[in-house]
Amino acid sequence: MRNPLAEKVVDIRPSGIRKFFDIVSEMEDAISLGVGEPDFDTPWHIRDEGIYSLEKGRTFYTSNAGLKELKMEICHYIKRTQGIEYDYNHETIVTVGGSEAIDIALRAMINPGEEVLIPQPSYVSYEPCAILANAKPVIIELKAENEFRLTPQEVLDAVTDKTKALILPFPNNPTGAIMEKGDLEEIAKVVIEKDLFVISDEIYAELTYNGAHVSIASLPGMQERTILINGFSKSYAMTGWRLGYACGPKIIMEQMLKIHQFAIMCAPTTSQYAAVEALRNGEEDVRQMREAYNQRRRYLLYAFQEMGLECFEPFGAFYVFPCIKEFGMTSEEFADRFLREEKVAVVPGTAFGACGEGFVRISYAYSLENLKVAIGKLKEFVDRLRKEKA
Amino acid sequence: MREQILSIIERNSRIGLKELAVILGVEEIDVVNELAAMEKEGIICGYHTMIDWEKTAIEKVTALIEVRVTPQRGQGFDNIAERIYKYPEVNSVYLISGGYDLLITLEGKSLKEVSKFVSDKLSTLETVLSTATHFILKKYKDHGTILAKKYEDEREKITP
Repeated sequence: MRNPLAEKVVDIRPSGIRKFFDIVSEMEDAISLGVGEPDFDTPWHIRDEGIYSLEKGRTFYTSNAGLKELKMEICHYIKRTQGIEYDYNHETIVTVGGSEAIDIALRAMINPGEEVLIPQPSYVSYEPCAILANAKPVIIELKAENEFRLTPQEVLDAVTDKTKALILPFPNNPTGAIMEKGDLEEIAKVVIEKDLFVISDEIYAELTYNGAHVSIASLPGMQERTILINGFSKSYAMTGWRLGYACGPKIIMEQMLKIHQFAIMCAPTTSQYAAVEALRNGEEDVRQMREAYNQRRRYLLYAFQEMGLECFEPFGAFYVFPCIKEFGMTSEEFADRFLREEKVAVVPGTAFGACGEGFVRISYAYSLENLKVAIGKLKEFVDRLRKEKA
Repeated sequence: MREQILSIIERNSRIGLKELAVILGVEEIDVVNELAAMEKEGIICGYHTMIDWEKTAIEKVTALIEVRVTPQRGQGFDNIAERIYKYPEVNSVYLISGGYDLLITLEGKSLKEVSKFVSDKLSTLETVLSTATHFILKKYKDHGTILAKKYEDEREKITP
């Protein structure tokens, strides 16, 4: 029999998280700090709209790009939070999570061999999606001394005449880093000067703790160069509903819609009805969840400070990214031993790119009570490692 | 800061002062002062414990009693409310809009004890026109806390 597989796919390394997941799953009583989704349930009024849509028998396809009502609400939301106007009809597509939007944006924009700049540490799907889109991924290693923000010089150093697009993953998973308006203005200058496009993954846009998130698309000259990606998973605790969206220039969105139409047809209808309710009446829920995350974030930073664990202050998402270099082991070794000895799971920084070495990702999508228990164990573990070394 | 403190201690009045300060990103001394001020102003009226008595061996019944009364000249409902809330077995007294006037919650050891209170004490008050007593059979949620079932984390343990 012939080899049934495509080399391009075989060559993609499985997610570094997978291996870890298998160990944790076997441990009955492990405490996990490794979850990348909210601990809150979707607010009831939003779930109720989903249920109501089922009761009403709204179980058909929607138009390919999504329910008109939802696209209009998405455009209102972006207008009111970012001051950007998108045409709901030609510049907005409702997708199956933010992940699909990343995939179809890359596939619609990149010719074989063109380069895509991917800052890391970052979410695990950018690089594989770029490869599957026949792009050449070019990794930019973000630095702890810059609080894992992207600098214009780093972009300039990575740009070649083949560079087509830059992925901008802020607020960032796994570091919790954000890009403020001033940082983005510097990046925008380079993007315009080098004639690049930006795929801006803003799925954590609602979860910032030192002021409101700014989208690079809102800067002068950038809307026409940016695919803005967001969704409902993180802000409204709706991960399982699989709903995201992309907004961008008509010329690109038309092509993205073709892929979406043929590969997906349309995003789940029930989820779309629920999302309309989320955007219309969910602001207070988001505010409350943000406040809860922020309290946990402060608690963790304080606890790290108390135990002398180095960690920059992250202002976004629901992750902290402490440095574990002092213990003289790799991130994976650290996470592995922590899991085996204290039964607490954290994710090695290297799961998000080689430059995550020396760091681990700790999620605070857990109640304060649970965090306290886990942090107590982290303290014991850290104390023990220090004694071993001494 | 007040609203934040209140919303936290409303759910967890045992939280430590240091921890409260840490999660709110303020100084401990400010939390101490704010709490003292709110106690003095009567905003914070007490620190209670939520107990699911069902799970203990102690027998308790709770009743909601609707009361219609004749308001008194110059006093409105205040006088009659005071006469009712002075009974220690009365947990709460609310003035209500709609079909009746006062809503009382009452705790007793048995149905009999509650009934006795209603017939002997409450109904005999001069201004009380009528009462309707509802016994609580099961508490599903109380003070924002769900009693009926325990929260379990059903998420995958590790996700990117």
